[in-house]
Amino acid sequence: MTSSTSSVGTAAPKLRLGGDDGWGYAPAPESTDHVELRDRYGLFIDGEFTDAADGRTFETANPATEEKIADVALASDTDVDRAVAAARRAYDEVWSKLAPQERGKYVYRIARVLQERSRELAITESLDGGKPIRESRDVDIPLAAAHFFYYAGWADKLNYAFPGRGARALGVAGQVIPWNFPLLMAAWKIAPAIAAGNTVVLKPAETTPLTALKLAEIIRDAGVPPGVVNIVTGAGETGASVVQHDGVDKVAFTGSTEVGKLIRRALAGSGKHYTLELGGKAANLVFEDAAVDQAVEGIINGIFFNQGHVCCAGSRLLVQESVADEVISKLKDRMETLIVGDPLDKNTDIGAINSRAQLDRIEEYLEIGAAEGAEPFQTPCPLPERGYWCRPTLFLRASQSHRVVQEEIFGPVLAVQTFRTVDEGIAMANNTPYGLSGGVWSDKGAKAFRVTSRIRAGVLWANTYNKFDPTAPFGGYKESGIGREGGLSGLHAYLQPEEAA
Amino acid sequence: MSESRAVAAANRLPVLKTHKVYVGGKFPRSESGRFDRALAPDGTPIANVCRCSRKDVRDAVTAARAAQAGWAARTAYNRGQILYRIAEMLEGRSAQFEALLAAGGATPEAAAAQVRAATDRLVHYAGWTDKYGQVFSTVNPVASSHFNFSILEPTGVVGVLAPESPLLGLVSATAPAIAGGNTTVVLVTGSQPLPAVTFGEVLNSSDVPGGVVNILTGRREEMLAPLAAHRDVDALVLCTADPDVARSAEIEAVHNLKRVAVRPHEDWANVQSPYEITDLQEVKTTWHPIGS
Repeated sequence: MTSSTSSVGTAAPKLRLGGDDGWGYAPAPESTDHVELRDRYGLFIDGEFTDAADGRTFETANPATEEKIADVALASDTDVDRAVAAARRAYDEVWSKLAPQERGKYVYRIARVLQERSRELAITESLDGGKPIRESRDVDIPLAAAHFFYYAGWADKLNYAFPGRGARALGVAGQVIPWNFPLLMAAWKIAPAIAAGNTVVLKPAETTPLTALKLAEIIRDAGVPPGVVNIVTGAGETGASVVQHDGVDKVAFTGSTEVGKLIRRALAGSGKHYTLELGGKAANLVFEDAAVDQAVEGIINGIFFNQGHVCCAGSRLLVQESVADEVISKLKDRMETLIVGDPLDKNTDIGAINSRAQLDRIEEYLEIGAAEGAEPFQTPCPLPERGYWCRPTLFLRASQSHRVVQEEIFGPVLAVQTFRTVDEGIAMANNTPYGLSGGVWSDKGAKAFRVTSRIRAGVLWANTYNKFDPTAPFGGYKESGIGREGGLSGLHAYLQPEEAA
Repeated sequence: MSESRAVAAANRLPVLKTHKVYVGGKFPRSESGRFDRALAPDGTPIANVCRCSRKDVRDAVTAARAAQAGWAARTAYNRGQILYRIAEMLEGRSAQFEALLAAGGATPEAAAAQVRAATDRLVHYAGWTDKYGQVFSTVNPVASSHFNFSILEPTGVVGVLAPESPLLGLVSATAPAIAGGNTTVVLVTGSQPLPAVTFGEVLNSSDVPGGVVNILTGRREEMLAPLAAHRDVDALVLCTADPDVARSAEIEAVHNLKRVAVRPHEDWANVQSPYEITDLQEVKTTWHPIGS
């Protein structure tokens, strides 16, 4: 880290699993010395970084150390007005008049610079959000670059988006994203929007603004015309101001179902376009003919990836009764090996919980689950002394009506149930208000196809879990959302078909 | 005998029809026992029709839900044949529909044109059942060793606020929903409900399984809010040009995040496209590993 930056040390937890018996992993911290972080970040409006009009700021901290990283400008209605006006001007005067291929070439540039600065971005993501460096390095940043690269190529091919119809952009998009995949969600929102010819005002989450602001630098340095992308930081009020702004033609939100419904209500009758990516409570179904060791890896990845801060997390395990004992025993064994701790350590499996508020929420569910009669299981892994941490947790013998089965926890907590028949497993999987994703583990191809076709969810993984790709549409049925991101469907979300002649 | 038959022919009392609603493949009256009058353009009563209640809406949703999985599981080929069969039945009863439309004030030419257009629209969507999946599904070239594809699945139970256009609008709003494997609860609230309730008879004789289309007559202000708020309805098609009607239904629909399509058309002549089908579909992406 350069000397001009704030004191963002790496969290250095001393304890780790097996550390005293000679079989533990030695710490393998990622070096942070080339990451440039400023003490203060402004809003990115009309191509320039600027303070909030009223000068207010908020702090963003490292959840693994609880130490402040930087002060960040807090956007008010006035700032959002300016950002929307800049986006409108850029849309009217520049972006909508640019040759489509030239527009695409700007988006390609962004993808390339993201790749060039990937290490810095991965470290920043882990510092600001708490996710293990292995994930930010291998998943978040490469996928973010891939999204820009994929959608860049669509810019001059929009006439192929709607069979039988032409296509046109919507105008200004107001976008609000969560803290669980900060840069990746920014990419999911910005890339299809600007490639399709829209301009955007994006609000990152208040606990994880830094990579979006680095993305703003990249966008500026790539020469993208001012106002095409505007980034306003702040909390819920700023987000509400963005999605309810009269100058916004399209709203894209990723976050909780509760907030999604508030937004949907506010949009009623407005005629605005919208996509909502909301909560989930996905079932991972393990059948008796599954490859058990593979399934256990899939369960672990399904719920403990990114501390379980994943809307499509496999947070319910439904295991067929005949193999339940074996699966649960192997699952517990595997959980014993998980390392919870320093997000910047390359050995870490589970990083820091994103914020104090989220840790409180998870701990509340741990109490609820036990009080309702589910049987908790946690590994005794050591936790660092400072920061926000949660041990990987199972709730065994959970019932369909338990809140830990019905409600999204957004943490490393897995509710375990058993079923006897295929039909019963499917019925249990479908019995929540959510429908974002699901997993099926069976070595019988016909059964895997049948079960994936009967689960009412937008993304189904058969014998795998938590795979993402810019070409693959992602989004929910039922109360998990409306619309898709990724692939051709994700492009449709930022276009409208022209009326037939 | 022959003398009495001759008398009947000259002075015979016509048999008037009782217009009932169409729910779950049957023709019940409203549970409420209430009625409204269908009127000719000059205000003359033509017939009594059911004034359905919120309980009728509930029963119709139950019927639609019960029918949905089975209808969605029909092959696309079978659904196409059944939609085509509806067109055949409508064509065969075109004189009856022309008379009903004329009674509602249409000129004979306009009535005949509307029946022809409605019949042809059914043929159009019959042909889409086994094609929209091919046109709008994708195989996604993911950067990993997976077979990844996105297909369309029906959204589920669709509530339809039918438009004023008594036959063509009704068919145009309903056919794309059922072509795509959804089942429907259709609210007929306009001044001319008779073609719609008679269309229920056409559906009933066309191999359409009971519950796939349910048709209720009555007042919008009594039926729309309970339908829009019902948690077992997955989507709404709101055929209204009144923004306040659409907005209040949209707000009710937020309870379970129904998909909402607003169709403000007054002229339904050209409202025909596969996008009417895809608006009531969900995209499902499935990942299968490729390996040994």
